[in-house]
Amino acid sequence: MNAEAAVFYVLAAITVGSAAVVVLARSLIYSAFALLFTFVGVAGLYLLLGADFLAATQLLIYVGGILVLLLFGVMLTHKLYDLDLRSEVTQFLPGVIVSIGLFAVLALTAWRTDWAGGDGRAPAATTREIGQLFMGRYLLPFEAASILLLVALMGAAMIVRRKRSA
Amino acid sequence: MDFIYGLLPADLPTWVRVLGAGIACAVIGVTAMALGPLLYVYAETKVAGFMQDRIGPKRVGPHGLLQTVADAVKLLFKEAIYPAGADKKLFILAPCLVVVGAFLSFVVLPFGSRMQAVDLNIGLFYVVAVSSLSTVGLIMAGWASNNKYALFGAMRSAAQIVSYEIPAMMSLLTIVMIVGSLSLQEVVWAQQGGLQSWFLFRFFPIMPVVAIVFFTAGLAECNRAPFDIPEAESELVAGFHTEYSGFFFAMFFMAEYTEMLVISAVTSVLFLGGWWAPHPALQQIGSVGLGPFWLIAKAWFLMFVMMWLRWTLPRLRVDQLMYVAWKVLLPIGLTLVVLVGGLVLWFPDGFAWDGWVGWPLTLALFGFLFVVMQRAIRWSRKRAVEMAA
Repeated sequence: MNAEAAVFYVLAAITVGSAAVVVLARSLIYSAFALLFTFVGVAGLYLLLGADFLAATQLLIYVGGILVLLLFGVMLTHKLYDLDLRSEVTQFLPGVIVSIGLFAVLALTAWRTDWAGGDGRAPAATTREIGQLFMGRYLLPFEAASILLLVALMGAAMIVRRKRSA
Repeated sequence: MDFIYGLLPADLPTWVRVLGAGIACAVIGVTAMALGPLLYVYAETKVAGFMQDRIGPKRVGPHGLLQTVADAVKLLFKEAIYPAGADKKLFILAPCLVVVGAFLSFVVLPFGSRMQAVDLNIGLFYVVAVSSLSTVGLIMAGWASNNKYALFGAMRSAAQIVSYEIPAMMSLLTIVMIVGSLSLQEVVWAQQGGLQSWFLFRFFPIMPVVAIVFFTAGLAECNRAPFDIPEAESELVAGFHTEYSGFFFAMFFMAEYTEMLVISAVTSVLFLGGWWAPHPALQQIGSVGLGPFWLIAKAWFLMFVMMWLRWTLPRLRVDQLMYVAWKVLLPIGLTLVVLVGGLVLWFPDGFAWDGWVGWPLTLALFGFLFVVMQRAIRWSRKRAVEMAA
Protein backbone atom coordinates (compact mmCIF):
# COMPACT_ATOMS: atom_id res chain seq x y z
CA MET A 1 0.00 0.00 0.00
CA ASN A 2 1.55 3.30 -1.02
CA ALA A 3 1.29 6.62 0.81
CA GLU A 4 -1.51 7.89 -1.40
CA ALA A 5 -3.70 4.89 -0.70
CA ALA A 6 -3.01 5.19 3.04
CA VAL A 7 -4.05 8.85 3.02
CA PHE A 8 -7.13 7.96 1.01
CA TYR A 9 -8.25 5.31 3.51
CA VAL A 10 -7.68 7.63 6.48
CA LEU A 11 -9.72 10.37 4.82
CA ALA A 12 -12.43 7.92 3.77
CA ALA A 13 -12.62 6.56 7.33
CA ILE A 14 -13.00 10.10 8.73
CA THR A 15 -15.69 10.95 6.19
CA VAL A 16 -17.73 7.77 6.52
CA GLY A 17 -17.27 7.51 10.30
CA SER A 18 -18.44 11.03 10.99
CA ALA A 19 -21.25 10.66 8.47
CA ALA A 20 -22.42 7.66 10.49
CA VAL A 21 -22.36 9.83 13.63
CA VAL A 22 -24.45 12.44 11.79
CA VAL A 23 -27.12 9.83 11.10
CA LEU A 24 -26.99 7.90 14.36
CA ALA A 25 -26.40 10.60 16.98
CA ARG A 26 -29.20 11.11 19.47
CA SER A 27 -28.73 14.81 19.87
CA LEU A 28 -29.17 17.10 16.92
CA ILE A 29 -26.21 19.26 17.91
CA TYR A 30 -23.87 16.25 17.83
CA SER A 31 -25.07 15.47 14.32
CA ALA A 32 -24.35 19.03 13.28
CA PHE A 33 -20.86 19.04 14.74
CA ALA A 34 -20.06 15.62 13.24
CA LEU A 35 -20.97 17.11 9.89
CA LEU A 36 -17.88 19.31 10.27
CA PHE A 37 -15.61 16.27 10.06
CA THR A 38 -17.54 14.88 7.11
CA PHE A 39 -17.04 18.13 5.21
CA VAL A 40 -13.37 18.32 6.15
CA GLY A 41 -12.89 14.70 5.07
CA VAL A 42 -14.51 15.37 1.70
CA ALA A 43 -12.31 18.46 1.29
CA GLY A 44 -9.30 16.24 2.00
CA LEU A 45 -10.42 13.80 -0.70
CA TYR A 46 -10.70 16.65 -3.20
CA LEU A 47 -7.21 17.76 -2.20
CA LEU A 48 -5.90 14.25 -2.75
CA LEU A 49 -7.34 14.34 -6.27
CA GLY A 50 -5.51 17.60 -6.99
CA ALA A 51 -8.69 19.69 -6.98
CA ASP A 52 -7.35 22.37 -4.64
CA PHE A 53 -9.85 25.06 -5.62
CA LEU A 54 -12.75 22.69 -5.09
CA ALA A 55 -11.37 21.67 -1.67
CA ALA A 56 -11.12 25.28 -0.51
CA THR A 57 -14.59 25.97 -1.86
CA GLN A 58 -15.89 22.95 0.03
CA LEU A 59 -14.45 24.32 3.29
CA LEU A 60 -15.61 27.87 2.64
CA ILE A 61 -19.17 27.09 1.53
CA TYR A 62 -20.00 24.03 3.60
CA VAL A 63 -18.09 24.66 6.83
CA GLY A 64 -18.07 28.46 6.81
CA GLY A 65 -21.55 28.92 5.41
CA ILE A 66 -23.93 26.01 5.54
CA LEU A 67 -22.72 24.40 8.76
CA VAL A 68 -22.63 27.73 10.60
CA LEU A 69 -26.16 28.54 9.47
CA LEU A 70 -27.26 25.03 10.45
CA LEU A 71 -25.80 25.41 13.94
CA PHE A 72 -27.33 28.84 14.13
CA GLY A 73 -30.73 27.43 13.28
CA VAL A 74 -30.41 24.58 15.76
CA MET A 75 -29.37 26.90 18.58
CA LEU A 76 -31.98 29.55 17.85
CA THR A 77 -34.84 27.08 17.66
CA HIS A 78 -36.36 26.89 21.08
CA LYS A 79 -35.55 23.70 22.96
CA LEU A 80 -34.42 21.93 19.84
CA TYR A 81 -30.86 21.51 21.00
CA ASP A 82 -31.62 19.38 24.00
CA LEU A 83 -34.34 17.44 22.31
CA ASP A 84 -33.86 13.69 22.58
CA LEU A 85 -34.18 12.24 19.11
CA ARG A 86 -35.30 8.69 19.73
CA SER A 87 -37.33 7.72 16.75
CA GLU A 88 -39.28 4.50 16.75
CA VAL A 89 -38.51 1.86 14.17
CA THR A 90 -41.45 2.00 11.79
CA GLN A 91 -41.71 0.49 8.37
CA PHE A 92 -38.59 -1.55 8.79
CA LEU A 93 -38.99 -3.70 5.66
CA PRO A 94 -39.83 -0.91 3.15
CA GLY A 95 -36.91 1.09 4.53
CA VAL A 96 -34.49 -1.76 4.00
CA ILE A 97 -35.75 -2.40 0.48
CA VAL A 98 -35.52 1.26 -0.53
CA SER A 99 -32.02 1.72 0.90
CA ILE A 100 -30.68 -1.48 -0.67
CA GLY A 101 -32.23 -0.52 -4.00
CA LEU A 102 -30.70 2.95 -3.82
CA PHE A 103 -27.33 1.52 -2.91
CA ALA A 104 -27.55 -0.92 -5.85
CA VAL A 105 -28.36 1.87 -8.30
CA LEU A 106 -25.53 4.08 -7.04
CA ALA A 107 -23.00 1.24 -6.94
CA LEU A 108 -23.94 0.11 -10.45
CA THR A 109 -23.62 3.64 -11.76
CA ALA A 110 -20.22 4.06 -10.17
CA TRP A 111 -19.12 0.67 -11.43
CA ARG A 112 -20.38 0.95 -15.00
CA THR A 113 -19.35 4.53 -15.70
CA ASP A 114 -16.30 4.87 -17.87
CA TRP A 115 -14.38 7.29 -15.67
CA ALA A 116 -11.84 9.53 -17.36
CA GLY A 117 -8.66 8.36 -15.68
CA GLY A 118 -6.31 11.14 -16.65
CA ASP A 119 -2.59 10.50 -16.87
CA GLY A 120 -2.10 9.89 -13.15
CA ARG A 121 -0.60 13.29 -12.44
CA ALA A 122 -2.41 16.00 -10.54
CA PRO A 123 -3.36 19.02 -12.67
CA ALA A 124 -1.02 21.93 -11.99
CA ALA A 125 -3.52 24.65 -11.27
CA THR A 126 -7.24 24.33 -11.63
CA THR A 127 -8.42 27.81 -10.67
CA ARG A 128 -7.81 29.52 -14.00
CA GLU A 129 -9.44 26.75 -16.01
CA ILE A 130 -12.46 26.58 -13.72
CA GLY A 131 -12.89 30.33 -14.06
CA GLN A 132 -12.61 30.22 -17.83
CA LEU A 133 -15.07 27.35 -18.12
CA PHE A 134 -17.60 29.16 -15.92
CA MET A 135 -17.26 32.37 -17.92
CA GLY A 136 -17.14 30.62 -21.28
CA ARG A 137 -18.50 27.19 -22.03
CA TYR A 138 -20.75 26.81 -18.97
CA LEU A 139 -21.87 30.43 -18.72
CA LEU A 140 -25.56 29.67 -19.18
CA PRO A 141 -25.85 26.91 -16.50
CA PHE A 142 -23.77 29.07 -14.18
CA GLU A 143 -26.05 32.07 -14.62
CA ALA A 144 -29.16 29.89 -14.35
CA ALA A 145 -27.91 28.54 -11.02
CA SER A 146 -27.21 32.08 -9.80
CA ILE A 147 -30.70 33.22 -10.73
CA LEU A 148 -32.18 30.20 -8.96
CA LEU A 149 -30.25 31.04 -5.80
CA LEU A 150 -31.27 34.69 -6.05
CA VAL A 151 -34.92 33.74 -6.39
CA ALA A 152 -34.63 31.43 -3.38
CA LEU A 153 -33.04 34.24 -1.39
CA MET A 154 -35.79 36.68 -2.32
CA GLY A 155 -38.43 34.09 -1.53
CA ALA A 156 -36.96 33.52 1.92
CA ALA A 157 -36.85 37.26 2.55
CA MET A 158 -40.48 37.58 1.43
CA ILE A 159 -41.63 34.83 3.77
CA VAL A 160 -39.94 36.14 6.90
CA ARG A 161 -40.89 39.73 6.22
CA ARG A 162 -43.56 41.06 8.52
CA LYS A 163 -46.77 41.98 6.78
CA ARG A 164 -47.33 45.71 6.74
CA SER A 165 -50.41 46.73 8.65
CA ALA A 166 -52.68 48.02 5.92
CA MET B 1 9.48 24.30 2.77
CA ASP B 2 11.40 23.64 -0.46
CA PHE B 3 14.48 25.12 1.19
CA ILE B 4 14.34 22.73 4.16
CA TYR B 5 13.48 19.93 1.75
CA GLY B 6 16.73 20.67 -0.06
CA LEU B 7 18.70 20.60 3.21
CA LEU B 8 17.68 17.03 4.04
CA PRO B 9 20.01 14.31 2.72
CA ALA B 10 19.03 13.28 -0.78
CA ASP B 11 19.36 9.52 -0.17
CA LEU B 12 16.30 9.49 2.12
CA PRO B 13 13.01 8.37 0.54
CA THR B 14 10.93 11.26 -0.83
CA TRP B 15 8.10 10.85 1.64
CA VAL B 16 10.51 11.05 4.59
CA ARG B 17 11.95 14.26 3.20
CA VAL B 18 8.52 15.77 2.53
CA LEU B 19 7.32 14.78 5.98
CA GLY B 20 10.51 16.04 7.63
CA ALA B 21 10.38 19.39 5.84
CA GLY B 22 6.70 19.72 6.69
CA ILE B 23 7.27 18.98 10.37
CA ALA B 24 10.22 21.39 10.52
CA CYS B 25 8.07 24.17 9.01
CA ALA B 26 5.23 23.39 11.38
CA VAL B 27 7.52 23.46 14.42
CA ILE B 28 9.03 26.82 13.42
CA GLY B 29 5.61 28.26 12.64
CA VAL B 30 3.79 26.99 15.71
CA THR B 31 6.57 28.09 18.05
CA ALA B 32 6.54 31.59 16.59
CA MET B 33 2.76 31.64 16.78
CA ALA B 34 2.56 30.40 20.33
CA LEU B 35 5.21 32.75 21.69
CA GLY B 36 4.11 35.78 19.65
CA PRO B 37 1.08 36.57 21.83
CA LEU B 38 3.40 37.07 24.82
CA LEU B 39 4.79 40.05 22.96
CA TYR B 40 1.47 41.22 21.52
CA VAL B 41 -0.35 41.14 24.85
CA TYR B 42 2.50 43.12 26.39
CA ALA B 43 2.26 45.62 23.53
CA GLU B 44 -1.49 45.80 23.96
CA THR B 45 -1.25 46.59 27.68
CA LYS B 46 1.44 49.18 27.05
CA VAL B 47 -0.53 50.80 24.21
CA ALA B 48 -3.66 50.77 26.37
CA GLY B 49 -1.67 52.36 29.18
CA PHE B 50 -0.31 55.03 26.86
CA MET B 51 -3.78 55.83 25.47
CA GLN B 52 -5.23 56.13 28.95
CA ASP B 53 -2.34 58.15 30.35
CA ARG B 54 -1.08 55.32 32.53
CA ILE B 55 2.25 53.52 32.63
CA GLY B 56 0.99 49.99 32.06
CA PRO B 57 2.80 46.92 33.38
CA LYS B 58 6.12 47.76 35.05
CA ARG B 59 6.69 45.40 37.98
CA VAL B 60 7.78 42.09 36.48
CA GLY B 61 11.10 42.41 34.67
CA PRO B 62 12.51 45.59 33.14
CA HIS B 63 9.62 47.84 32.02
CA GLY B 64 7.25 45.00 32.87
CA LEU B 65 8.56 42.98 29.93
CA LEU B 66 8.10 39.67 31.71
CA GLN B 67 4.55 40.43 32.85
CA THR B 68 2.92 38.43 30.06
CA VAL B 69 5.35 35.56 30.58
CA ALA B 70 4.26 35.45 34.22
CA ASP B 71 0.61 35.60 33.14
CA ALA B 72 1.10 32.77 30.67
CA VAL B 73 2.80 30.57 33.28
CA LYS B 74 -0.01 31.31 35.69
CA LEU B 75 -2.60 30.29 33.08
CA LEU B 76 -0.75 27.07 32.31
CA PHE B 77 -0.66 26.03 35.97
CA LYS B 78 -4.28 26.88 36.63
CA GLU B 79 -6.73 24.04 37.04
CA ALA B 80 -8.94 23.43 34.03
CA ILE B 81 -12.47 23.76 35.34
CA TYR B 82 -15.34 22.06 33.56
CA PRO B 83 -18.66 23.72 34.35
CA ALA B 84 -21.51 21.53 35.57
CA GLY B 85 -23.59 20.27 32.68
CA ALA B 86 -20.96 21.17 30.12
CA ASP B 87 -20.32 18.80 27.28
CA LYS B 88 -16.76 17.83 28.13
CA LYS B 89 -15.71 16.45 24.74
CA LEU B 90 -16.90 19.44 22.78
CA PHE B 91 -15.69 21.76 25.54
CA ILE B 92 -12.12 20.57 24.94
CA LEU B 93 -12.42 20.26 21.16
CA ALA B 94 -13.65 23.83 20.70
CA PRO B 95 -10.48 25.78 21.65
CA CYS B 96 -8.42 23.30 19.61
CA LEU B 97 -10.50 24.01 16.50
CA VAL B 98 -10.23 27.76 17.03
CA VAL B 99 -6.45 27.57 17.36
CA VAL B 100 -6.08 25.26 14.36
CA GLY B 101 -8.20 27.57 12.23
CA ALA B 102 -6.04 30.53 13.21
CA PHE B 103 -2.69 28.77 12.75
CA LEU B 104 -3.47 27.16 9.39
CA SER B 105 -3.34 30.52 7.61
CA PHE B 106 0.39 30.73 8.27
CA VAL B 107 1.04 28.03 5.71
CA VAL B 108 0.70 30.52 2.88
CA LEU B 109 2.01 33.77 4.38
CA PRO B 110 5.05 34.86 2.36
CA PHE B 111 7.77 36.28 4.63
CA GLY B 112 10.22 36.53 1.74
CA SER B 113 10.58 35.38 -1.82
CA ARG B 114 11.57 31.94 -0.50
CA MET B 115 10.42 32.16 3.11
CA GLN B 116 7.02 30.63 2.83
CA ALA B 117 5.86 27.21 3.98
CA VAL B 118 3.97 26.42 0.76
CA ASP B 119 3.06 28.74 -2.09
CA LEU B 120 -0.42 27.39 -2.79
CA ASN B 121 -1.85 28.70 -6.01
CA ILE B 122 -5.17 29.20 -4.22
CA GLY B 123 -3.43 31.06 -1.36
CA LEU B 124 -5.90 33.89 -0.79
CA PHE B 125 -8.87 31.60 -1.08
CA TYR B 126 -7.21 29.18 1.34
CA VAL B 127 -6.78 31.89 3.98
CA VAL B 128 -10.48 32.69 3.80
CA ALA B 129 -11.48 29.02 3.80
CA VAL B 130 -9.50 27.84 6.83
CA SER B 131 -10.69 30.75 8.93
CA SER B 132 -14.16 29.23 8.78
CA LEU B 133 -12.93 26.41 11.04
CA SER B 134 -12.52 28.97 13.83
CA THR B 135 -16.13 30.05 13.43
CA VAL B 136 -17.37 26.53 14.06
CA GLY B 137 -14.98 26.31 17.02
CA LEU B 138 -16.44 29.46 18.56
CA ILE B 139 -20.00 28.16 18.21
CA MET B 140 -18.92 24.85 19.71
CA ALA B 141 -17.34 26.64 22.68
CA GLY B 142 -20.48 28.64 23.25
CA TRP B 143 -22.73 25.63 23.15
CA ALA B 144 -20.54 23.23 25.13
CA SER B 145 -20.16 25.68 28.03
CA ASN B 146 -23.81 25.25 29.07
CA ASN B 147 -24.01 28.95 29.77
CA LYS B 148 -26.48 31.47 28.38
CA TYR B 149 -23.92 34.21 27.96
CA ALA B 150 -21.49 31.92 26.20
CA LEU B 151 -24.22 30.80 23.80
CA PHE B 152 -25.26 34.38 23.05
CA GLY B 153 -21.66 35.34 22.50
CA ALA B 154 -21.11 32.42 20.14
CA MET B 155 -24.20 33.21 18.09
CA ARG B 156 -23.31 36.87 17.82
CA SER B 157 -19.82 35.93 16.75
CA ALA B 158 -21.09 33.52 14.10
CA ALA B 159 -23.49 36.09 12.68
CA GLN B 160 -20.75 38.70 12.67
CA ILE B 161 -18.11 36.57 10.97
CA VAL B 162 -20.50 35.27 8.32
CA SER B 163 -21.65 38.81 7.54
CA TYR B 164 -18.23 40.45 7.41
CA GLU B 165 -16.73 37.69 5.32
CA ILE B 166 -18.68 38.97 2.32
CA PRO B 167 -17.24 42.53 2.13
CA ALA B 168 -13.81 41.07 2.88
CA MET B 169 -14.17 38.70 -0.08
CA MET B 170 -15.31 41.56 -2.31
CA SER B 171 -12.18 43.53 -1.57
CA LEU B 172 -10.01 40.42 -2.03
CA LEU B 173 -11.66 40.00 -5.42
CA THR B 174 -10.42 43.40 -6.60
CA ILE B 175 -6.83 42.44 -5.82
CA VAL B 176 -7.28 39.08 -7.54
CA MET B 177 -8.59 40.88 -10.64
CA ILE B 178 -5.56 43.19 -10.72
CA VAL B 179 -3.01 40.40 -10.20
CA GLY B 180 -4.77 37.63 -12.08
CA SER B 181 -3.72 35.06 -9.51
CA LEU B 182 -4.72 33.82 -6.05
CA SER B 183 -1.17 33.07 -4.98
CA LEU B 184 0.06 35.40 -2.25
CA GLN B 185 3.59 35.25 -3.62
CA GLU B 186 2.40 36.54 -7.00
CA VAL B 187 0.40 39.29 -5.33
CA VAL B 188 3.64 40.44 -3.70
CA TRP B 189 5.63 40.19 -6.94
CA ALA B 190 3.02 42.33 -8.71
CA GLN B 191 3.88 45.17 -6.31
CA GLN B 192 7.57 45.25 -7.15
CA GLY B 193 9.33 48.60 -7.42
CA GLY B 194 8.98 50.45 -4.15
CA LEU B 195 6.30 52.45 -2.40
CA GLN B 196 4.60 53.85 -5.50
CA SER B 197 3.68 50.45 -6.91
CA TRP B 198 1.98 49.12 -3.77
CA PHE B 199 -1.67 48.29 -4.36
CA LEU B 200 -2.76 50.74 -1.69
CA PHE B 201 -1.68 53.52 -4.05
CA ARG B 202 -2.97 51.99 -7.32
CA PHE B 203 -5.94 53.69 -9.10
CA PHE B 204 -5.53 56.56 -6.69
CA PRO B 205 -8.87 57.35 -5.09
CA ILE B 206 -10.13 53.75 -5.32
CA MET B 207 -7.67 51.31 -3.77
CA PRO B 208 -7.42 53.14 -0.41
CA VAL B 209 -11.18 52.58 -0.07
CA VAL B 210 -10.73 48.88 -0.85
CA ALA B 211 -8.02 48.69 1.79
CA ILE B 212 -10.24 50.34 4.39
CA VAL B 213 -13.14 47.99 3.57
CA PHE B 214 -10.86 44.95 3.87
CA PHE B 215 -9.22 46.08 7.09
CA THR B 216 -12.56 46.94 8.70
CA ALA B 217 -14.04 43.59 7.74
CA GLY B 218 -10.89 41.83 8.95
CA LEU B 219 -11.11 43.65 12.26
CA ALA B 220 -14.68 42.42 12.61
CA GLU B 221 -13.69 38.88 11.69
CA CYS B 222 -11.19 38.61 14.52
CA ASN B 223 -13.75 40.00 16.98
CA ARG B 224 -11.66 43.00 17.92
CA ALA B 225 -13.03 46.23 19.25
CA PRO B 226 -14.98 48.18 18.05
CA PHE B 227 -16.51 44.93 16.78
CA ASP B 228 -16.07 42.89 19.98
CA ILE B 229 -19.81 42.33 20.38
CA PRO B 230 -19.32 38.57 20.96
CA GLU B 231 -17.44 39.27 24.16
CA ALA B 232 -19.05 42.52 25.23
CA GLU B 233 -18.21 42.59 28.93
CA SER B 234 -21.06 44.90 29.85
CA GLU B 235 -23.66 42.55 28.40
CA LEU B 236 -22.25 39.05 28.15
CA VAL B 237 -19.65 38.67 30.96
CA ALA B 238 -16.97 37.46 28.53
CA GLY B 239 -18.95 35.97 25.67
CA PHE B 240 -18.10 32.57 24.27
CA HIS B 241 -15.14 32.00 26.60
CA THR B 242 -16.97 32.90 29.82
CA GLU B 243 -16.57 29.40 31.26
CA TYR B 244 -13.04 28.74 30.10
CA SER B 245 -10.07 28.92 32.43
CA GLY B 246 -6.43 27.95 32.53
CA PHE B 247 -4.87 26.54 29.41
CA PHE B 248 -8.06 26.50 27.34
CA PHE B 249 -8.55 30.19 27.98
CA ALA B 250 -4.93 30.76 26.99
CA MET B 251 -5.68 28.97 23.71
CA PHE B 252 -8.54 31.35 22.90
CA PHE B 253 -6.26 34.24 23.70
CA MET B 254 -3.53 32.84 21.50
CA ALA B 255 -6.01 32.35 18.65
CA GLU B 256 -7.27 35.92 18.92
CA TYR B 257 -3.81 37.46 18.71
CA THR B 258 -2.79 35.04 15.96
CA GLU B 259 -5.83 36.05 13.94
CA MET B 260 -4.92 39.69 14.42
CA LEU B 261 -1.47 38.95 13.08
CA VAL B 262 -2.91 37.00 10.13
CA ILE B 263 -5.29 39.80 9.17
CA SER B 264 -2.49 42.38 9.52
CA ALA B 265 -0.04 40.28 7.52
CA VAL B 266 -2.58 39.56 4.77
CA THR B 267 -3.46 43.25 4.59
CA SER B 268 0.22 44.13 4.25
CA VAL B 269 0.66 41.48 1.55
CA LEU B 270 -2.36 42.73 -0.38
CA PHE B 271 -1.97 46.47 -0.07
CA LEU B 272 1.43 47.34 1.40
CA GLY B 273 3.72 45.36 -0.86
CA GLY B 274 4.27 42.32 1.40
CA TRP B 275 7.99 41.79 1.85
CA TRP B 276 9.01 44.61 -0.51
CA ALA B 277 10.78 47.53 1.10
CA PRO B 278 9.32 51.04 0.63
CA HIS B 279 12.32 51.82 -1.56
CA PRO B 280 14.28 49.23 -3.62
CA ALA B 281 17.52 50.42 -1.98
CA LEU B 282 16.28 49.22 1.42
CA GLN B 283 15.52 45.72 0.20
CA GLN B 284 18.76 44.21 1.45
CA ILE B 285 21.86 45.03 3.46
CA GLY B 286 24.86 43.55 1.67
CA SER B 287 23.65 40.13 0.69
CA VAL B 288 21.17 39.77 3.55
CA GLY B 289 17.59 40.13 2.33
CA LEU B 290 15.33 42.18 4.60
CA GLY B 291 12.05 40.70 3.26
CA PRO B 292 10.85 39.13 6.53
CA PHE B 293 11.75 42.30 8.41
CA TRP B 294 9.59 44.46 6.13
CA LEU B 295 6.60 42.13 6.21
CA ILE B 296 6.71 41.79 9.99
CA ALA B 297 7.25 45.53 10.44
CA LYS B 298 4.19 46.26 8.30
CA ALA B 299 2.10 43.61 10.04
CA TRP B 300 3.09 44.92 13.47
CA PHE B 301 2.29 48.46 12.44
CA LEU B 302 -1.21 47.33 11.41
CA MET B 303 -1.57 45.46 14.70
CA PHE B 304 -0.69 48.70 16.44
CA VAL B 305 -3.44 50.38 14.41
CA MET B 306 -5.86 47.70 15.63
CA MET B 307 -4.91 48.36 19.26
CA TRP B 308 -5.15 52.07 18.64
CA LEU B 309 -8.68 51.66 17.25
CA ARG B 310 -9.64 49.43 20.15
CA TRP B 311 -8.76 52.06 22.72
CA THR B 312 -10.21 54.92 20.67
CA LEU B 313 -13.58 53.80 19.38
CA PRO B 314 -16.57 52.72 21.48
CA ARG B 315 -18.12 49.31 20.85
CA LEU B 316 -20.89 49.12 18.25
CA ARG B 317 -24.37 47.90 19.08
CA VAL B 318 -25.57 44.63 17.52
CA ASP B 319 -27.93 46.30 15.06
CA GLN B 320 -25.30 48.90 14.13
CA LEU B 321 -22.87 46.08 13.50
CA MET B 322 -25.20 44.39 11.02
CA TYR B 323 -26.04 47.75 9.46
CA VAL B 324 -22.38 48.47 8.80
CA ALA B 325 -21.81 45.06 7.22
CA TRP B 326 -24.85 44.77 4.99
CA LYS B 327 -25.83 48.34 4.18
CA VAL B 328 -22.48 50.15 4.17
CA LEU B 329 -19.58 47.81 3.45
CA LEU B 330 -21.39 45.42 1.08
CA PRO B 331 -22.70 48.07 -1.38
CA ILE B 332 -19.30 49.78 -1.31
CA GLY B 333 -17.61 46.44 -1.92
CA LEU B 334 -19.89 45.53 -4.84
CA THR B 335 -19.37 48.93 -6.44
CA LEU B 336 -15.61 48.57 -6.05
CA VAL B 337 -15.61 45.13 -7.70
CA VAL B 338 -17.39 46.49 -10.78
CA LEU B 339 -15.26 49.65 -10.83
CA VAL B 340 -11.92 47.92 -10.44
CA GLY B 341 -12.96 45.27 -12.97
CA GLY B 342 -13.52 48.00 -15.54
CA LEU B 343 -10.33 49.82 -14.62
CA VAL B 344 -8.26 46.65 -14.94
CA LEU B 345 -9.61 46.28 -18.48
CA TRP B 346 -9.02 49.88 -19.55
CA PHE B 347 -5.90 50.76 -17.57
CA PRO B 348 -4.02 47.49 -17.01
CA ASP B 349 -1.00 49.39 -15.64
CA GLY B 350 -2.88 51.73 -13.35
CA PHE B 351 -3.55 55.41 -13.88
CA ALA B 352 -0.86 57.63 -15.36
CA TRP B 353 -0.59 59.62 -12.14
CA ASP B 354 -0.25 56.60 -9.83
CA GLY B 355 3.54 56.78 -9.63
CA TRP B 356 3.88 60.35 -8.45
CA VAL B 357 0.47 61.47 -7.21
CA GLY B 358 -1.06 58.32 -5.76
CA TRP B 359 1.05 57.71 -2.72
CA PRO B 360 1.56 61.25 -1.42
CA LEU B 361 -2.16 61.96 -1.80
CA THR B 362 -3.14 58.68 -0.14
CA LEU B 363 -0.86 59.36 2.80
CA ALA B 364 -2.19 62.92 2.98
CA LEU B 365 -5.73 61.53 2.94
CA PHE B 366 -5.01 59.19 5.83
CA GLY B 367 -3.31 62.05 7.70
CA PHE B 368 -6.34 64.24 7.10
CA LEU B 369 -8.68 61.51 8.35
CA PHE B 370 -6.51 61.15 11.45
CA VAL B 371 -6.66 64.87 12.18
CA VAL B 372 -10.42 64.96 11.66
CA MET B 373 -10.86 62.03 14.03
CA GLN B 374 -8.63 63.68 16.58
CA ARG B 375 -10.61 66.92 16.33
CA ALA B 376 -13.94 65.10 16.60
CA ILE B 377 -12.84 63.23 19.69
CA ARG B 378 -11.45 66.37 21.31
CA TRP B 379 -14.68 68.22 20.51
CA SER B 380 -16.88 65.48 21.93
CA ARG B 381 -14.76 65.35 25.08
CA LYS B 382 -15.00 69.10 25.52
CA ARG B 383 -18.72 68.88 24.97
CA ALA B 384 -19.03 66.11 27.55
CA VAL B 385 -17.17 68.25 30.07
CA GLU B 386 -19.43 71.22 29.28
CA MET B 387 -22.53 69.07 29.66
CA ALA B 388 -21.29 67.79 32.99
CA ALA B 389 -20.53 71.27 34.26
